[in-house]
Amino acid sequence: MNRITVLAVLASGILLLYILEMVRRRRLREEYSILWLAGGVIMLVFSLKRDWLEWVAGAVGIYYPPSFLFLIGMLFILLILIHFSITISRLYQMNKKIAQELALLKHGNPPPEPIREQEPDRLERRTG
Amino acid sequence: MSTRMAAGRPEDKAEKVLRVLVAIPAYGEEKSIGGIVSSLRRKLPYDVVVVNDGSLDGTSSQARGAGAITLDLPCNLGIGGALQTAYIFARDHGYDALVRIDADGQHEVEDIPRVLEPVLRGQADAVIGSRFLGENEYRVSIPRIFGIRFFRWLVRWNTGYRVTDPTSGFFAVNRRLIEFYSRNYPSDYPEVDAYILMHRLKARATEVPVRMYERAEGKSSITTFRAMYYMVKVTLSFFVNRIRRFG
Repeated sequence: MNRITVLAVLASGILLLYILEMVRRRRLREEYSILWLAGGVIMLVFSLKRDWLEWVAGAVGIYYPPSFLFLIGMLFILLILIHFSITISRLYQMNKKIAQELALLKHGNPPPEPIREQEPDRLERRTG
Repeated sequence: MSTRMAAGRPEDKAEKVLRVLVAIPAYGEEKSIGGIVSSLRRKLPYDVVVVNDGSLDGTSSQARGAGAITLDLPCNLGIGGALQTAYIFARDHGYDALVRIDADGQHEVEDIPRVLEPVLRGQADAVIGSRFLGENEYRVSIPRIFGIRFFRWLVRWNTGYRVTDPTSGFFAVNRRLIEFYSRNYPSDYPEVDAYILMHRLKARATEVPVRMYERAEGKSSITTFRAMYYMVKVTLSFFVNRIRRFG
């Protein structure tokens, strides 16, 4: 094992342990840990199995195998960031609904009767 | 307010009194809001709701003091989010029509009946007050007229509505649109987007001329710095709303 392998194994191992510990302490929800864990596992496997990395890198036409690791890392970071943007948008929608409901509740005077000819609100999840 | 509400209940079948809500989204408008609300209460037989979009000044108390129903949002949602609160209120309290005017005194309270009329007669689902129809002395800066021309073209090309004032914040909608908007409404800069929503609903929209004054107090929500963001955001959400599914 050369130095870069040791370093890569250490880095991905620490990442995995840290994410698992955060999930165990309920500081990170499972659904948000999946992408991190998947990325960590793939990095760990490719750090340990240099010949796998070389094979895959060769198959996709990358001459310097370690740069394939960078590619994987970048892709996972990209995925995680998109995931965050979607989550933030969903939180914004929820936040907006809560703020509106709160303003209406503070005013008191609840609706005399539910006037809703249409099917119940589907806004919660579907519309962005 | 409660007496008028009772009067509008379905019990009196003989002649159904159409109930109208005037909605004013306001953020930091303590200087102008009181005057607008009291002139509304004096001149028109409609309920007034002021949605205070998270401002901590006297906007809410001034409005309440002048006789408006006030809804206080705990944080700033943007004009669209504030207005949607008024749509939900109108929906839940059984209003037949909603008129929106600005809190800064740009709109003429006495023009409200003209904007409402086609809605109350059932001739239109939405009526937009245009400062460019009829004779009007409203002066518009060069960059702004460019933006307005662009949005005119955008709206006409995508929906077929021939609008003259696509960014007007003075409009009336009927019960059908109140219900739809209470579920789907853009959070900020909703005016141009609304045309796509109306188009998707095949709503009948028309324009009437209204007077428009220079702002009495405060600053426009669209400053020069925000103009570019405004153009990009509105254009983007315009096209996204074309292909979006609505609840």
